[in-house]
Amino acid sequence: MIKKIIIGLFCLSFTSIAQAVLKIDITEGFEGALPIAVIPFQWNGAAKVPDGDVSAIVMSDLARSGKFSPAAEKDLIARPQKLADVHYKTWRIAGMDHIVIGSVTRQTDGSYQVQFRLIDILKAKQVLGYSFKATDKTLRAVAHQISDYIFTHITGLPGAFSTRIAYVTIKRDKKSYSARLQVSDTDGYNPQTLLTSDQPIMSPAWSPDGSQLAYVSFESGQAEIFTHDVATGVRKSRSKYKGLNGSPAWSPDGKKLLVTLSKDGNPDIYILTLSNNKLQRVTDHWSIDTEAVWSPDGKSIIYTSSRSGKPQLYRQAPTGGSKPERLTYEGGYNASASVSADGKSVAYVHGEGNVYRIAVMDLASKSSRILTDGPLDESPVYAPNNSMILFASQEANQAVLAAVSVDGRQKQRLAFTDGEVREPSWAAVRN
Amino acid sequence: MKKLLFITVLALSLAACGDRIKPDDGSVDEGTYASGDSAEGGATAGGLDADGGIGGTALEGGKLVSYEENAINDANNVLFEKIVYFEFDSNTVADDYVELVKHHGKYLSFNPSASVRLEGHADERGTREYNVALAERRAQAVMQLMLYEGAGNDQISIISYGEEKPVAFGHDEESMSLNRRVEIVYQ
Repeated sequence: MIKKIIIGLFCLSFTSIAQAVLKIDITEGFEGALPIAVIPFQWNGAAKVPDGDVSAIVMSDLARSGKFSPAAEKDLIARPQKLADVHYKTWRIAGMDHIVIGSVTRQTDGSYQVQFRLIDILKAKQVLGYSFKATDKTLRAVAHQISDYIFTHITGLPGAFSTRIAYVTIKRDKKSYSARLQVSDTDGYNPQTLLTSDQPIMSPAWSPDGSQLAYVSFESGQAEIFTHDVATGVRKSRSKYKGLNGSPAWSPDGKKLLVTLSKDGNPDIYILTLSNNKLQRVTDHWSIDTEAVWSPDGKSIIYTSSRSGKPQLYRQAPTGGSKPERLTYEGGYNASASVSADGKSVAYVHGEGNVYRIAVMDLASKSSRILTDGPLDESPVYAPNNSMILFASQEANQAVLAAVSVDGRQKQRLAFTDGEVREPSWAAVRN
Repeated sequence: MKKLLFITVLALSLAACGDRIKPDDGSVDEGTYASGDSAEGGATAGGLDADGGIGGTALEGGKLVSYEENAINDANNVLFEKIVYFEFDSNTVADDYVELVKHHGKYLSFNPSASVRLEGHADERGTREYNVALAERRAQAVMQLMLYEGAGNDQISIISYGEEKPVAFGHDEESMSLNRRVEIVYQ
């Protein structure tokens, strides 16, 4: 059964950054998701801060993860504010596994004390309880932290709500073209522009420590790879060879980039050591080799190659001369791999006929399944906790970001009302 | 497509009946690559059919072939056409465009001070980085043909934009076919 609900519609303007209005729709599926009730937090001594509605943010995070189906506020059977007010039996009958209660209390210095408790209904007790100090500006961050605690406690997986995503937005009409590299919270809030250009920007990729982005910019009239420190804004040109300079992908230790260069004639994969700018060639084939990514243990790379005639995924050791192992055989187009953080599976673009969808392969069994409907899904990237895959999708005439749970059961759309959005990258940690 | 097919046919037929313009001084040995029947000699020979303009579809309308320096800006010259279109996931210059590319290659060879930037593009299907690689190969294929015609390596530069700079924004085959292209941009 498919349910459609709108989880959140945030259209609050920020003083300096009002360009992105994000709307998250759960477009498909709640089946198998864990029932949870997030009771609206009590606000003491202050009016609710519009951007900092902590419980609403937690609810939205949990829904977006694909692992939870939070009860809609209007369907709450009770609104306990204290642990003592919780009637376990009533919630049990209502089929609720967990409820979250909490409060936001204004302090005399203008800050807030935020408390929350996670209550396990079946165990009939509190299983988590934390108190945080927050300001107007950090209320959202605290809310995402709370989401991480709840998510981790119940699923056993690390939370990924407190990190950041990067993406490229394009605004254009017949006369003008403007590309922007943007970074926002994982729910699309606080978008900040790192780079604006009248030439394309492509392939942003977070460094493993979440402090830098590598990307391709055409601002100088040719493709050029940069690394960009998101805190300081300092950036460095890393690769500006003749021809292609593309597909930057960080090594797990953050010291190297896999890049695609065509300086020697064909698009081939190289390892660029950032400390000394030395290049080590990985592939040497007349076909197109590109879109290389590392496995989390650094022992192999997976990339797209057209050596069989059509683009397919291959895996090999990151040293030159290693024998590539072909991973994909079904369909005429398999490309743009993203490896899960546990190294066990790979998400990629699977094209058949004129339909391009996101598929996932289990690397041990080589079995794969298609998760999305297309027709033009691309740029898949795993959330750092492997729970979902973020990707770019074409809906009607709008380019949007979308997410699908790794089992394919839940789909959501992250629609920015401002131009085309593409090429998401999800930071593993916030830095 | 039709238009260029006709240009190709015309150019091929003309190739059989005229000699080349010399690269050194732009003068003509015996006749020119002119359409129609009123070639007057000289690299900018007349005989242009009014119906043979850029949008012309009539086969009897013709286009001038000359490699005079300003030929690339002459709407009645084959060199005015500067876009080469490709099939999906292909980097082969289609038969329909081989002659066009060769004309540009010859132009470069006859005008050593001229230079072009070949801008490779792809349609929106497939992945972005793969499309950048594919579109570069398209530009390289065009460059190779130009080199065969005597253009110099240093006259040609390449940039690939992949699917990042479409000219048509629809998602239908017509739009996509317009986006699978190499643009020959004289510098």
